[in-house]
Amino acid sequence: MGAVLVYVDQVDGAVRKPTLELLTLARRIGEPVAVHLGPGAEVAALVLAEHGAARVLAAEAPEFAEYLVVPKVDALEAAAKAMNPVAVLVPSSGEGKEIAARLAVRLGSGIITDAVDLEAGVDGPVATQSVFAASFTTKSRVTKGTPVITVKPNSATPEQAPAAGAVEPLTVAFGDAARGARVVSRSPRESTGRPELTEAAIVVSGGRGVGGAENFSVIERLADSLGAAVGASRAAVDAGWYPHSNQVGQTGKTVSPQLYVACGVSGAIQHRAGMQTSKTIVAVNKDPEAPIFDLVDYGVVGDLFEAVPQLTEEVKTRKN
Amino acid sequence: MSLRIVVCVKYVPDATGDRHFAEDLTTARDAVDGLLSELDEYAVEQALQIAEAADDAEVTVLTMGPEDARDALRKALSMGADKAVHVEDDALHGSDVMGTSLVLARAIERTGYDLVVCGMASTDGTMGVLPAILAERLGVPQVTLLSEVAVAGGNVLGRWDGDTASERVEAQLPAVVSVTDQSGEARYPSFKGIMAAKKKPVESLELSDLGIDAGEVGLAGARTAVEEAAERPARSAGTIVKDEGEGGKQLAAFLAESKFI
Ligand SMILES: Cc1cc2nc3c(=O)[nH]c(=O)nc-3n(C[C@H](O)[C@H](O)[C@H](O)COP(=O)(O)OP(=O)(O)OC[C@H]3O[C@@H](n4cnc5c(N)ncnc54)[C@H](O)[C@@H]3O)c2cc1C
Ligand SMILES: Nc1ncnc2c1ncn2[C@@H]1O[C@H](COP(=O)(O)O)[C@@H](O)[C@H]1O
Repeated sequence: MGAVLVYVDQVDGAVRKPTLELLTLARRIGEPVAVHLGPGAEVAALVLAEHGAARVLAAEAPEFAEYLVVPKVDALEAAAKAMNPVAVLVPSSGEGKEIAARLAVRLGSGIITDAVDLEAGVDGPVATQSVFAASFTTKSRVTKGTPVITVKPNSATPEQAPAAGAVEPLTVAFGDAARGARVVSRSPRESTGRPELTEAAIVVSGGRGVGGAENFSVIERLADSLGAAVGASRAAVDAGWYPHSNQVGQTGKTVSPQLYVACGVSGAIQHRAGMQTSKTIVAVNKDPEAPIFDLVDYGVVGDLFEAVPQLTEEVKTRKN
Repeated sequence: MSLRIVVCVKYVPDATGDRHFAEDLTTARDAVDGLLSELDEYAVEQALQIAEAADDAEVTVLTMGPEDARDALRKALSMGADKAVHVEDDALHGSDVMGTSLVLARAIERTGYDLVVCGMASTDGTMGVLPAILAERLGVPQVTLLSEVAVAGGNVLGRWDGDTASERVEAQLPAVVSVTDQSGEARYPSFKGIMAAKKKPVESLELSDLGIDAGEVGLAGARTAVEEAAERPARSAGTIVKDEGEGGKQLAAFLAESKFI
């Protein structure tokens, strides 16, 4: 079986869930070989092996953290040259997509971004994508070179599939371009303690209807009662009520949770682009004509300041 | 010396229209009105601001696209760009990002540049990878997805906001940057701007002007193929209730029934 390179996305040495999803998808088309860049490969290898990584290629260099994108492309290129893989899979973050794209240029390959599913086909892997604000589903293939595919979070359920996962050093020679774009300083964001927006099973979002930054506590209380992540529409973000990292939609995050709760969100096409594939959708909006109601499984026409706190209380009562 | 800025702008089908696929599974361009991608307006805006802050600068807007794509260039010129380049050729139909980036890279080199500014993603393809590919092809640094950008002392500096951190980043010119919709509202063209745009030069280029073979681009040169496109089935109509004082409780009952609580 051919090797499938899987780029490991990690924060401070902890492997992020989308990487485990990629390992699960990789097993459908070949034998997963993880590429781990930066410190902590030995620890990461345990969880990677548990999820099917046959080998873990590891490289460590300050360049990976100090310079943007290119050092990681150099490393993946070295791994691709060494393994001659049947495909390369990278998580669909902003950086992940750029790493994948530059790698594809170097390999003379085509690239598919933002796949939501992947299966083996007679002529190589077939990627499912959700396009035009999730109003169409397409199936595509890379027709030239080693397929390079980026996959969105929540595209598969990570499965345990114990494999050897032995760590092997990967030798990387950085090219001239590697030190071209420098990180001058980094300010970490404080964690809210709530689930990661793109990984959460439930997302509760607030829009312009929330009416102010302080009112977002109404949304947060509902989210906390459900163990959910908090999302926001661009209108709420642009007004400065909630951070941009919580924005759902075309220029924010794409979420595909089991349950999406939209409060005071009208449901503009660019917002729908980021949440339309959620399994169950419910909404509270005082305008019965709001387009969000076209998407819902259950909708309440009413004031969110009445309905949402009542819902929160009811959730708490029922959970006890 | 003059700072030469090239802004890549795309002409896209209006996202609020009913977008769909043509028979050859490329984006249907006739059914929906086209416009300058809203996300590229942010790129034009930042390019103009950088030019205004420089002693001497020239902003060229560049597009690859069909005849109508000229509208996108006109809009950018009326916002304040100095000149435009339009690459148009029948052989370009069906180009994927590899073909498009090859054409744009050659056109950028032909125009001459110190800084290339792109939008964060096109609103139709939404790949968000073209700026990185341009940097790879041009052999210059990339600093992308910036919410703040400035040029100083032969460097481009910016701020990138990620999920777990915010970074200050920097590269030497020449470089490629892309800016997000957090970079600041784009200006509206003024009446004066619209009138002035009519007299600004728009250069038309074909593949032969760029030394590109037709087989390298278009459907023929594409390295990816869409094999199926299906409209997502409409969601089945849900239950909608008017809140008569029990709305929150009714919603809770639905969530309990659906096993969420
Ligand atoms: C290029 C581009 C990219 C974009 N990207 C995104 C994106 O990523 N994400 C995104 O969300 N948007 C995006 N937008 C913006 C999008 O078009 C809409 O403007 C935005 O989604 C509207 O946000 P909203 O629903 O919160 O506000 P509105 O459309 O103003 O809706 C507010 C809703 O709240 C309801 N309401 C008001 N008060 C109450 C109350 N007390 N109780 C209950 N309901 C109430 C109103 O009836 C209304 O339906 C983008 C736009 C463009 C052009
Ligand atoms: N055909 C095109 N002509 C000019 N610029 C383009 C074209 N396609 C993409 N771009 C630029 O590349 C950016 C990212 O596009 P994409 O990778 O397609 O999402 C856009 O915001 C534009 O700045």
